[in-house]
Amino acid sequence: MKKIIQTLLLLLPLSGFAAGGGVKLQHVDIDLEDYASIQKGAEHYVKYCLGCHSAKYMRYKRLAMDIEIDEEVVLAEIAPEGANIYDPMLTAMNDHDSKKWFGTNPPDLSLIARIRGGDWLYTYLKGFYTDPSKPLGVNNTVFKDVGMPNMLWQLQGVQSPVIVKVHGEDVITHLKLQEKGQLSRREFDQFVTELVNFLVYVGEPVQLERQKLGKYVLFFLLMFTIIAYLLKKEYWKDIH
Amino acid sequence: MKQKITACTDWALERFPMSKLWNEHMAQYYAPKNFNFWYFFGSLALLMLVNQFLTGILLTMNYKPDAELAFDSVEYIMRDVNWGWLVRYMHSTGASAFFILIYLHMFRGMMYGSYKKPRELIWIFGMLLFVCLMAEAFMGYLLPWGQMSYWGAQVIISLFSAIPVVGDELSLWIRGDYVISDATLNRFFAFHVIAVPLALIILVFLHIVALHEVGSNNPDGIEIKESKDPWGKPVDGIPFHPYYTVKDIVGVGVFLIFFATVIFYMPEMGGYFLENANFIPADPLKTPEHIEPSWYFTPFYAILRAVPDKFAGVIAMAGSIIVLFLLPWLDRCEVKSIRYRGGIYKKALFAFVISFLVLGYLGTQPATPTYTMMARVFTVIYFAFFLLMPIYTRWEKTKPVPKRVTDEPDAEDQYHAIVDVLEEMTTHEPMKTSWGATAFPVKPNKKGIIQVTNRVVKKLKDSLD
Repeated sequence: MKKIIQTLLLLLPLSGFAAGGGVKLQHVDIDLEDYASIQKGAEHYVKYCLGCHSAKYMRYKRLAMDIEIDEEVVLAEIAPEGANIYDPMLTAMNDHDSKKWFGTNPPDLSLIARIRGGDWLYTYLKGFYTDPSKPLGVNNTVFKDVGMPNMLWQLQGVQSPVIVKVHGEDVITHLKLQEKGQLSRREFDQFVTELVNFLVYVGEPVQLERQKLGKYVLFFLLMFTIIAYLLKKEYWKDIH
Repeated sequence: MKQKITACTDWALERFPMSKLWNEHMAQYYAPKNFNFWYFFGSLALLMLVNQFLTGILLTMNYKPDAELAFDSVEYIMRDVNWGWLVRYMHSTGASAFFILIYLHMFRGMMYGSYKKPRELIWIFGMLLFVCLMAEAFMGYLLPWGQMSYWGAQVIISLFSAIPVVGDELSLWIRGDYVISDATLNRFFAFHVIAVPLALIILVFLHIVALHEVGSNNPDGIEIKESKDPWGKPVDGIPFHPYYTVKDIVGVGVFLIFFATVIFYMPEMGGYFLENANFIPADPLKTPEHIEPSWYFTPFYAILRAVPDKFAGVIAMAGSIIVLFLLPWLDRCEVKSIRYRGGIYKKALFAFVISFLVLGYLGTQPATPTYTMMARVFTVIYFAFFLLMPIYTRWEKTKPVPKRVTDEPDAEDQYHAIVDVLEEMTTHEPMKTSWGATAFPVKPNKKGIIQVTNRVVKKLKDSLD
């Protein structure tokens, strides 16, 4: 019993891990086996993000291999004009310009899903609202005073915050769609899910392979342990 | 042909005492026959050392110890090197697993009094190993050159500057620069892959030589050398090989199942084995909001923060490790094993384990006033366990220690006992299912659960007396 209590206490700190930050994150359904979704996410990334954000650890060839599509398809439908299949996903914008335009270099997004997690990215991408006091005219529910414009505003439409006073402080309860976008709410959610799915994949391209391989390794170890146990029992049968 | 082979082996054996070494340390090394669950962790720690060496060597083949390249080279290993991801995860998970095993191994020693006469030197070598392991882990953690690597090292090395007079010069000398930089990365790499591993190997050698000189302790804390058969062999001892080699292999199998589960399904372990912030490249100009050391340092980090003065905090942190070295001389009780020791030691050890775990948790959290207060209370308990030991271990009402070791229940008996308890806590009343068949659904049995709980509470209470 004492051992059980100790084990539980050992596990206690693990349960304390939470994202923090106050804003409740929306849950995104990540499915890395949905190659079509990753492919669409890659298309969205190149179209809406790659203008500023590289994903320098990711090569187009790796993408083609991992989601099982032809290299020609990647070059024709995903990669920007003139890219080589061996190229990493680099932005065309140079540091000098970005510093001038945004005051900082937009970060590389190869590992963003491992830093922030899928739910945060999903909530962030959906969390832009108009805020005239900011230089770019927008703010974000999970990233206060964000330095990035809302790239997806044409698709999503324009959101405005619903503010309530709590203890004399302004608190945003939710966002209201002020102007309709090109996509319906559901279509837009799907769009962002695909984009986040792609980013989670890019964070660790090997994760699908890793989980598939794990089953065989665990099966082997289980068999190994059973045989080792029987061997031990045989050797120990006359020890009393 | 056979003669030639024999001639060759004879030639070698005349010049090198291979068979003598084998017999002394394996085939004729007598270990007590009653080792239990807690005795797996020594051999498993050795397994982890080998794992860290092999995966570490493979990692150095592609890692670049250069502030400009280090972060990229780790991602290169993760993505472009064949099986690089597996090697890297084995190394990163291995570091955490090593500490889990070592903490359990040390706790075993504290439970069964393995540090007591005549095994004080084994404990000292073990503690030196623990300190080297901490140095190894701390320096290795800088190498991925992520934000947490960088700022964690920055915080810990700046502690040296709290030392009066020489502090600033000393921390400058350690870093080789005014901040953590390329120079620091290079020297940490040198220490991590050459200097400290060498020290670890030598200390493991000394730890085992010292152990084999006096023989292993056991859960009863009895010296098996005191009862020998007419041929001079301990009656309660069995040759290490083959008995404990085959037994330890079972332990290896079970451990590897857990180890592989982490590697393949949760290599980040919720941010504890690989921190999320460490996927951001090191940036000397951007301090992260919340800097915390790796989980295995957090108990000591919590002690450091609990003390209001920085230099006093450093002394307290160092002291929390130094008191562990003194354990063999602080404990004045003649009886080794917790099985026959007085209730006061059991309660003290229980309080110590709780304080260690709570401090570990507090070290991962931001220092709010409540948490700081809690850290202070548990720091006091931590030190009280050691420093009051010379007093309370004298009052101990020990139980009589048997002459011969007692039998350990084997795994199958324990399994049957668990099944019996589960039976007692459930009922299988027949029930008609909707399609007419009779089923025996397993339902919790209130009376049984209360009985079991009462027994457990009573046993727990008894075991602390």
